Amino acid sequence: MRVLGIALLMSLATISSLAQVKISGRVTDIKKNPLTGASITLKDTYDGATSDSSGKFQFTTAEKGEQTLLISFVGYKSWEQKVTIGKEPFNFTVELKEEFNELKAVVITAGTFEASDKKRAATVLNSIDIATTAGSNADITTALKTLPGAQQIGEREGLFVRGGTGQETKQFIDGTLVNNPFYTSSPDIASRGRFSPFLFKGTVFTAGGYSALYGQALSSALILESIDLPEKSVASFFVSPLTWGGGYQQLSPNKKSSWGVNYGYVNLFVYFGLVKQTPDYFRIPEFHNGDANFRFKTKKGGMVKFYSSFSTGKFGLRQPNIDSADLKNAFGLINRNFYNNLSWKENLGNGWRMNLGAAFSINDDDISLQIQNLSNNAVTTGKSYIDNKNFVLNHRQDFAQIRGVLEKKLRGLSAVRFGSEYWYNNDKSKYNTYTTILKDNFASVFGEADIYLTNALAAKIGTRFEYSSVLRKANIAPRLSLAYKTGKDAQVSAAYGVFYQKPENTDMIYTTNLTYTKAIHYILNYQKTTNARIFRAEVFYKKYKDLIKTIPSTNNNGFGYAQGIEFFWRDKKTVKNLDYWVSYSYLDTKRDFQNYPQQIRPNFATEHTASLVTKRFVTKIKTGFNFTYSYATGRPYYNFRYDNNGKYGIADQGRTIDYHSLGFSVNYVPSVGKQNAKAFWVFFASITNVLGSNQVFGYNYSYNGLIKQAINPPARRFYFIGIFLSLGVDRTDDAINNNL
Amino acid sequence: MKQLFITVIAILLGTIAQAQSKKYVAAMQEQLALMDSAKTTQDFQNVANNFERIGDAEKTQWLPYYYAGLALTSAGWRDKALDKDANSEKIMALCDKAEAIEKNAEIYTIRNMALVQQMQVDPQNRWMTYGQQAGKTIQEGLQLDPNNPRLYYLQGMSVLGTPTAFGGGKEKAKPIFEKALELYKIEKIKPLYPHWGQKQTEKMIEQCK
Repeated sequence: MRVLGIALLMSLATISSLAQVKISGRVTDIKKNPLTGASITLKDTYDGATSDSSGKFQFTTAEKGEQTLLISFVGYKSWEQKVTIGKEPFNFTVELKEEFNELKAVVITAGTFEASDKKRAATVLNSIDIATTAGSNADITTALKTLPGAQQIGEREGLFVRGGTGQETKQFIDGTLVNNPFYTSSPDIASRGRFSPFLFKGTVFTAGGYSALYGQALSSALILESIDLPEKSVASFFVSPLTWGGGYQQLSPNKKSSWGVNYGYVNLFVYFGLVKQTPDYFRIPEFHNGDANFRFKTKKGGMVKFYSSFSTGKFGLRQPNIDSADLKNAFGLINRNFYNNLSWKENLGNGWRMNLGAAFSINDDDISLQIQNLSNNAVTTGKSYIDNKNFVLNHRQDFAQIRGVLEKKLRGLSAVRFGSEYWYNNDKSKYNTYTTILKDNFASVFGEADIYLTNALAAKIGTRFEYSSVLRKANIAPRLSLAYKTGKDAQVSAAYGVFYQKPENTDMIYTTNLTYTKAIHYILNYQKTTNARIFRAEVFYKKYKDLIKTIPSTNNNGFGYAQGIEFFWRDKKTVKNLDYWVSYSYLDTKRDFQNYPQQIRPNFATEHTASLVTKRFVTKIKTGFNFTYSYATGRPYYNFRYDNNGKYGIADQGRTIDYHSLGFSVNYVPSVGKQNAKAFWVFFASITNVLGSNQVFGYNYSYNGLIKQAINPPARRFYFIGIFLSLGVDRTDDAINNNL
Repeated sequence: MKQLFITVIAILLGTIAQAQSKKYVAAMQEQLALMDSAKTTQDFQNVANNFERIGDAEKTQWLPYYYAGLALTSAGWRDKALDKDANSEKIMALCDKAEAIEKNAEIYTIRNMALVQQMQVDPQNRWMTYGQQAGKTIQEGLQLDPNNPRLYYLQGMSVLGTPTAFGGGKEKAKPIFEKALELYKIEKIKPLYPHWGQKQTEKMIEQCK
C-alpha cells in the first residue's frame, strides 16, 4: 500500500515537474555560521526543505502566486516573508537571530558559586552534595569550606572568605538576614550551623562581588532559598547515640499546601563516655530543637512560606587556666533561640513579580566563666589579671526585618529589580553588673538591572543605599558585573562592588562614634561548564578601609587588602560512578584592625588551601562512600603586648603546623529505587580526621607572655553513626503493576 | 443502546477517514517510507520537518506532529552527540501541537521517550526530575488507553534499564514485555496509525530470558 502510494506520488511529481519553480538558499546565524536542520516551509503547503550541513536548502513547488516563506529552527526566532512565485527560481540567504534562552544565556559567575537544585549547568553543589560531603556532617558551612575562597578554620564557626573574618560573611534565607546562624559556641571550639541543608533547594555562596539586593557583609554572602511544597506526605525519624528525633510533613490532597513539624534532641552523654574529650565537660551538651512550617500556593501561582524554630541548649566545660597550673576556667552556657521567617512570592502579571519577606528572631545567651581551683571550687586569687576573667553575661539579641522586592521582566531575559528593607536590632547585654543596650534602626533601598544584550553578553548594574540610626550615617554602594560567553560552554565574567558593614555590636558598645567598615572588590572569573564537568578560575583583589581598631581606642583607622587566585574542578564523568571535585586557593592578605599593632597577615588566613572531595555510590551494594581531604598551610599566630617602654607591638609570633584533615562517610540506602517502598532507610556513619593528624588552630598566651598553649579541637576525631527512616508512599508505578 | 453507540463510532470513523484527503495520505506514506530509510540525524530532522509541514498545512491531523516527534526521538536514540535538551524541547512542542488536536496515549509514548533521553544525559542527577516525569507520562498514557502496547514496551525498557539494586532488571521487566506482546497481538492496525514496537518487544523478551 505504501509502495503504491509512493509510486503514485512520484508519477504525479513527474507530470507536474514542468510547472515547478525551484526555491533554494542558505540559512545561517548572525555570525554567518551555517545552521543545520532548519525547516524551510511554504506556509500552509506541504512544500519545503531542511537545511543541510552547510546551511543550504533547495526544493521545488507547484504553488503559484502570493505565498509566505517561513524558516524556523529551535532556539532561533522564526523568519517569515511574503513571496510571489512566478516562473523564475528564488534564492534566499537568511540570517536567523538567536532567541533569549535562560539555559543557554551567559550567567554572571564572578565571585558566585550557585549550589542549587535547578537544572542550569552552572550549579556547583546541591543539598544532597552538601549532606554527603565527608567531614561536613551535613553542616552547610563546613561543606562550603571545600570550595575555593574559604579558609579551614576550626576554632571558630563561620566562613572566613578571602581574608575576611567569619563575621564578614552573612547568611540570608529567602532574602532576609539570619542574625544568629550558628549555635553559640564556647571559646576555641567551632559550633554548627542551625539549619539543615535539606531545608533549602538553593544555595548561593558568593565569595565576593554579590548583588545589590544584599548588603552588610564585607566579604561574602550565603544566600539560601527554602524548599517549596514536599512531593508527598512523609513521616521521618532518626536515631543515633548522639541525637534522636522525628517529624511529620503533611501535603494536602490537592497538593496546594503543606504543613509540618519536627523535633530533635541532642545529648552527648553517651558519646563523651565513648570518645574522650580534652576539655572536662561538667555539663554535658544537650539541645532541644523544634520547628514548624507551613507553605501554600496562592491562586495566581505564588507561594507563601512560613518557618519557625525554637531551640534551647546548654553545656559547661573546664579547661586549664593558662596563667596558673593550679586553676581552671569553667565555662558555662545556656542558649535559647527563636527564629521565624515568612515569605511571599507572587506573580503580579504583566511581567511583574513581588517578593515579600519578614523575619523575627531572639537569641538569648547566659554565659559564665568562673576561675576554679583543682577541686572545681570557685576561688579568688587576688591577682586582677586572673580574677577579672570571671564573668556572668546575659546577652539577648532581638532582630526583626521586613523586606520587599519588585521585579519586572523586560525584553529577552533582561529585568529590573528594586526594593527596600528595614532591620531592627535590639542588643541588650548585662556583663556582671554592667548593662548596655544597643538599638539600631537600619533601612536600605536598592535597585539593580539585568541587561542581556545577547545570549552571550550580559551586565548587572546595581546600587544600594543604607542608613543606620546608631551610626547616624548613610552609605551608597554601587555594584557592577559583566559576563561574556567565549564559547559554547565557556565564559568570562567580571565584578566590581563596594560593600559596607556596620561595626560589630561588641565594638559599638564602647563607642557609636564610628562609621561603616568598607571593602572594594574586583573579581575576574573564567568558567567552562559541560554537563558533567566544571572548571573555574578566578582572580580577585580586595581593598579594606575603615576597619575597626580597638587599641589604643575604638576607631575606624583599620585598613588592609587581600588578593589571590582560585581554581575549582568538578568531574562526574571521567571515572564511572565517581564524582569528585578539587579546589585550590592562593591568598595574600594583610590587615591592620582590632588589636593589631600594624598591618600583618591575620591569624585566620593562610596562603595555600586545597580540598579534594570524592563521592562514589556503589549501586550493587546500595552504599555510598565519600572522602574529603583538606589541606592548608600553617597560619600565623601572634602575641600582642605592651613592652617595658609602654610600646604596643608583637612580642612573639610564629606559624602553626600545616593543617591536614581526611574525612570519611558512608551511607547505606537499602530501599533506594525499590518500587512502592513504604519505608526509606538510610544508615549513615562518618568520621572526621581519619588519620588523626595533629590540628593546631593557633596559640593562646599567658598574661605574662611566657607560656603559649596550642588551640586544638576538643577531640582528635568526631564519629557519627545514625539511622534515618522516612515513611511515605510512592505510588508512581501503581497503574502498571495493577495491570500485570 | 450498545449498537447505537457502535454505529455512531463507525460513522465518526468514516468521517475521519474521508477527512484524510488523498493528497494527505500520499504525503504521509511518502514520509513514512522516508523515515524507515532514514539513517543520520539530518535524515530524521528532514523527515520531522516534512511531517511538521504537513501538520501545519492540514491543521486537523495529529499524526503528522506525532511522526515528526517520533522521527526526532529516533535521532535522539542514535546520535550520542545530539543536544538532547534542545531536541526534547522541539519534541515536546510537537506533542503539544498534536495534543491540541487530539489527546491520546500515543503522544505520551513520544513524551516518554523524549524525557528518557534527557534523563540519560546525566542519570545520577536527572533521575529525580526527568526520570520521574518520564514515569508519569506512562501513567498518564495508560489512563487514556490502558491497552496501549507501546506504553508497556516503554515501561519495560525503563525497568530493564534500571539497575537490579534499584528495583529494575530482567526479571522485573519480562512480565511487562510479555503483557506488551499480548496487547500487540490483539492490536488492530489502522492505516497510517503507529504500530511500531512488536519486533523490539519480542527481542526484549528473548533478552530477558
